[in-house]
Order: sequence, then structure tokens, then C-alpha cells
Amino acid sequence: MIRLYKRPAPSRLWIFLAPLVAMVLTLLSGLILFSLLGVPVVEAFYAFFIEPLTSVYGLAELGVKAAPLIMIGVVLSVCFRAGVWNIGAEGQFILGAICGAAVGLSLKEVEAFWVLPLMMLAGIAGGMLWASIPALLRTRFNTNEILTSLMLTYVASLLLAYMVIGPLQDPFGFNFPQSALFHKAATLPVVWPNTRLHLGFVVALMLVGLVWLLMSRSMLGFSLLVTGSAPRAGRFAGFSVNRSVWVTMLVSGGVAGLAGLFEVAGPIGQLLPKISPGYGFTAIIVAFVGRLHPVGVLFAGLLLALSYLGGESAQISLNLPVAVTGVFQGLLLFFLLAADVLIHYSLKPVTTAPAEFTGLTNTQAQHVANSEQGAP
Amino acid sequence: MNAEMLLLTALTIITAATPLVYAAIGELVVEKSGVLNLGVEGMMLGGAVSSFALLHLTGNAYFGILGGAFAGIFLAGIFAVLTLGLQASQVATGLALTIFGTGLTALLGKSLVGVGHSGLQKLPIPFLSDLPVLGRLLFQQDVLVYGSFLIVPLVAWFLYRTSAGLTLRSVGDSHDAAHALGINVLRWRLLATLFGGACAGVAGAYLSLAYTPMWVENMTAGRGWIALALVVFATWRPGRMMFGAYLFGAISILQLHGQAWGIRVPSQLMSMLPYLATIMVLVVISRDRGKIRKHAPQSIGKSFYPTT
Repeated sequence: MIRLYKRPAPSRLWIFLAPLVAMVLTLLSGLILFSLLGVPVVEAFYAFFIEPLTSVYGLAELGVKAAPLIMIGVVLSVCFRAGVWNIGAEGQFILGAICGAAVGLSLKEVEAFWVLPLMMLAGIAGGMLWASIPALLRTRFNTNEILTSLMLTYVASLLLAYMVIGPLQDPFGFNFPQSALFHKAATLPVVWPNTRLHLGFVVALMLVGLVWLLMSRSMLGFSLLVTGSAPRAGRFAGFSVNRSVWVTMLVSGGVAGLAGLFEVAGPIGQLLPKISPGYGFTAIIVAFVGRLHPVGVLFAGLLLALSYLGGESAQISLNLPVAVTGVFQGLLLFFLLAADVLIHYSLKPVTTAPAEFTGLTNTQAQHVANSEQGAP
Repeated sequence: MNAEMLLLTALTIITAATPLVYAAIGELVVEKSGVLNLGVEGMMLGGAVSSFALLHLTGNAYFGILGGAFAGIFLAGIFAVLTLGLQASQVATGLALTIFGTGLTALLGKSLVGVGHSGLQKLPIPFLSDLPVLGRLLFQQDVLVYGSFLIVPLVAWFLYRTSAGLTLRSVGDSHDAAHALGINVLRWRLLATLFGGACAGVAGAYLSLAYTPMWVENMTAGRGWIALALVVFATWRPGRMMFGAYLFGAISILQLHGQAWGIRVPSQLMSMLPYLATIMVLVVISRDRGKIRKHAPQSIGKSFYPTT
């Protein structure tokens, strides 16, 4: 029998080791999963994890997939550290895309430099608007933001489905459910010629730096941390939980909206009924795997971007269903949560003292065992 | 609108409400024990795909129901190991369960997409099914609908009329006090969590065996989350939860009948109704903090590990 014993202080070693252990365990279960599915394991692993990184195109695509994941993951990590459970980034992403696209499409005659910045602002505003609903309901009516933000994601994807057959449908598109292609001034510039790597990746990197500054060097960041980890202490210090909710919701919504606009104005180039393979949800995993720290999120974003690319590549070369990606992502998060136990607890076998010698009951013997090991 | 149409509408409300009843009553018991499992959606999908796969393999829908329940128990078991055994965050683990369940079921169900089966048979109850109106409404249903009529009063009786139910509620209200009384907190929470998994699995089974007898990727479409909201809406009381499930059943079939009733709104916007209604009722219920505090399990979402 193995028991958990609380460590006196969180283990710094395991904060870094846990994600690595989780990765190894995910790969091992991937091995088992592939062999159960009768897939050649070596080929599958090569297709999944190596092949996407062997070409310039693959590396650029990694950045394309990582951009939204890092952008959203880094702001979600702020939310989660402040104790605000914004689960609806996917919906905020979609709303940003709709609002930005609406501006871009309505300015289709204009070839000016300010079209794209205006679209970005609209994207940010759209995401903020969507995130402000759960924020308002939480602060004003005490409504659980997990459920409301998630419900709004379903509403957002239905709104998008309506937009591409309604107000934003391409009038010359033979009635397909899609918008017109964006014109030149409304298209996101690429930062690496001849690839699809766009401005969003640069913005993602800048956000990592900004959020690091916010969380480690500013009073606002400190107040968010305090209200997240010790709301009562925060109240004594004059930090308002409601303010934390508003700040984190608006920031994360705005950034998710911007990421959505980048996705449609960049790689996709128009509005489609489905514009995201679940970036908003995967970003939750990114935030956790990245230890809710901006630099960690950067690496976690690249790792999970690889899981998308790997899924696509395995689909092409081995005809594996693309859903394998979701399984890997879920497994990674499970193993991470399991490995995280070692940050706060140590695992030790229970040593039951021989009761007939000491005359102690089992429980008492356990007490002795505990105190010998220095556990509480 | 004539009587026949009303009756048909009532019948569709029952089919739309049944999966919600199962998923929500399971989660209600889980939350009463002090555990918040946000993975209902993932467990429902697990139940839906396994039950349909078993129907496909054996040709017997009742094996399918069993398979759905066991799939739910299996997924709930993963959640229990992480949150009860390893003290992982319940919120994060529940989300992980939903993400994992969505991916895994899409993978496992790939070969089942497009397969058709006749689904769960109706079992008219002798004599009672001959009653006018009520007979067709209540007594010409399948076994899962009958089960949904029974499970809610049974759970209510268990929670409030048996000593085991009292123990379960005490574990959910104050795990420290329960532990001090010698109650094995983690064992009760494990049992409750597995029961919730079984219920969510059966809810999924109803979707893929009876509601629309087929498997489609992500076919729960947020019903697991609506079930979670229903528990809050019901302020953790089984009777109100049943009422809520039927209310939501009614709202979600509004989109199907809206066109027939001459409501000229695009179907995408009509489909938003259940989600918007969920938000609406959550607001109405949660604005009354006192009510929530009075009925919510006090230890909900807090992890517990016996130190001695």
C-alpha cells in the first residue's frame, strides 16, 4: 500500500520534471494504443513526431498552429492563476473572427494600410464582448463562469454557421456556406516568405514577454495572483475579486478574439463554418502543461501544435483518423495532472509496525510510521 | 394545433429529456458527495460510442446499455484515481476527461459512422398502454424511459430516507466531520463518482440507441454541460432536477417544431435556444446566494485526503 505524504514545501524539481514525465508516459501509451490499433509503431511515431519537423514547410506550419495556442494559452494561464475559469476561449476566438471578418468584408473596396489594424481591433472587441458576458454574470449575479462561458461557445459556433449562410455569405459563392475571400489589404502579412507563418506568431511571442512582465513585475499581476490563491487575504489587502474577474476575462477574451481574427485573415483567408480545430480548448491544456507560466506556455504551445501537425501527417501517410490528436492531448493532460501530485506530495509505502510486539493498533502504528518519516 | 400534434410534441419532449435526466441525476449524486465532475460530456460520449458498438457487434441493444454504463464507470474511474487517489484538481481533471473522451470516442467510433441499426425497442406495458393519451405518452416507451421515471424518485428516496444517503450527504457537506466519525470519505466519494459515471454512460447510450440510433462524432452536443447546469438549476434537489430536464427537453425540441408552428427564424439561431436558456436559468438561480448556500454541498470541489 502506498500513501501520499504532504511535502513541507512544493518540490521545485517536480514542477519541471512533471511535464517531462507526463510526456514520456503519453508516448508510452501512444505506443500501446498504436499497437492495439494494428498500426506499425515506428512508422506511426515517425509520422507523428518527426516528419512534421523535417521540412521548412513543416516548421512554418508548426508556428502557424502554435500561434493561436500560445496566444490563448498565455492569457488563460493568467485567468487560471487568478482563479477565473474561462473555458470559453473557443467561443471568444470565433466571435473575434466573425467581427474582424465583418469589418474586412465591408471594406472590400478599400486598399489602405489601416484596414487590417481596424479588423484586429474589431476582433479584439468581439472577443472581449463575448468574454464580458460571463464576467458580468459572475460579478453581478454570482453565476458560475465555467458553465456560462462554455454555453457561449456553442452559441458562437452556431452564430458563425448562421453568418456564413446569412449576412456574411459570399454573394457570388454559389450558395456555399462561406464568406468571400479577403482582399489584399485585409489579409495578414506572412513573416516568413513562401510559407503561411504569419504575424500572429510574432504577436504570440510578444504576448509571452508582456504577460511575464505583468505577472512578475506589476502590482496588477500581483493582485491577480493573490485574489486567485487566497481570496480572503486579497480582500484584506484591498484587492477586489470582481476586478480580477473583469481584467482576466476581458484580456483573455480580447486576445482569443485577436487569435481568431489572425486565423481567418491569415491561414484560412475567409470565413468558413468551422475555423478552429479546437484551439480554444487545447489552449487549456497548453496553459496547464506550461505550468501557468508564460515561458512554459511557449514550449507547451509548440508541443501541442506538433500534436496537431502529427495528427495531420499520420492521417496522410498512415490513414489514421485525425482524432488521434485529441486522444494524445487528453492523455497528456491526464498524465500531467497525475504527475503533478509529486509537486505537493511524496509517495511512500506504508510500513505497518508489527502490532503484536508494540501492542499498538494499526492506526497507532501508522501514526508512528508517519512521525518517523517526518510527515504531518 | 390539434390534439395529435400536442401528443407528438409531448413524446419528443420525453425523448429529449431522458438523456438529461440520467446525466443530471448521476451528477447530482456525485456533487452531493462533494465531488465536482466536469467530465459528464466525455463520459456521455464514451457511453454513446460503446453502447452503439456493442449493439453493432451483438445485435442486442440491452448489451449496448450495459456497455454504455461500463464505459461511463471506466471513465469515471480514471477521474476518481486522479482526483481522489492523487489529489488532482477536480476542475482540471473533469475538463481533461471531456477532452480525452471527445478524442477517444471519435477515434474508436470511426468505423461506426454511417452504420444504421433499428435501436431500442418500445415495450408497451400491458393494460396501462391502452389508456387514452397517457397510455401512448407514458406506457409505450422503451426500457430507458421507464428507468428515467424510476431513477429520480429512487435517488431522492436514497438520499433523504436512508442512512446510507445521510452518510453520503454528510461526506459532501463536511468531509472532516464525516472522517472524524469514522466514515471512509474516499470510499463514499468513489462509489458516488462511479454511479455518476454509470448514469452518464446510460445517458449516452440513450442518445445512440434510442434518440437517434446511430453514432456521430461529438453527438452529445453539449448535453453533458447542460446536465451540469441542471444540477445547479435544481439546487441539488432530485424533483426539481426532473422538472428542469423536461423544461430543457421542451426548449430543445422547440427548434424542431418551430418551423411547423410558423416561426420564421433561421435554424442555427433556433438551435442556440437550449444554450441561452441554460445561461438564463443559471443566472436566475445563482443570483440568490442564500438559496445556493442553503442547498449546495458545502465541501463541493474540495479534495480530501485522510492524514491518519
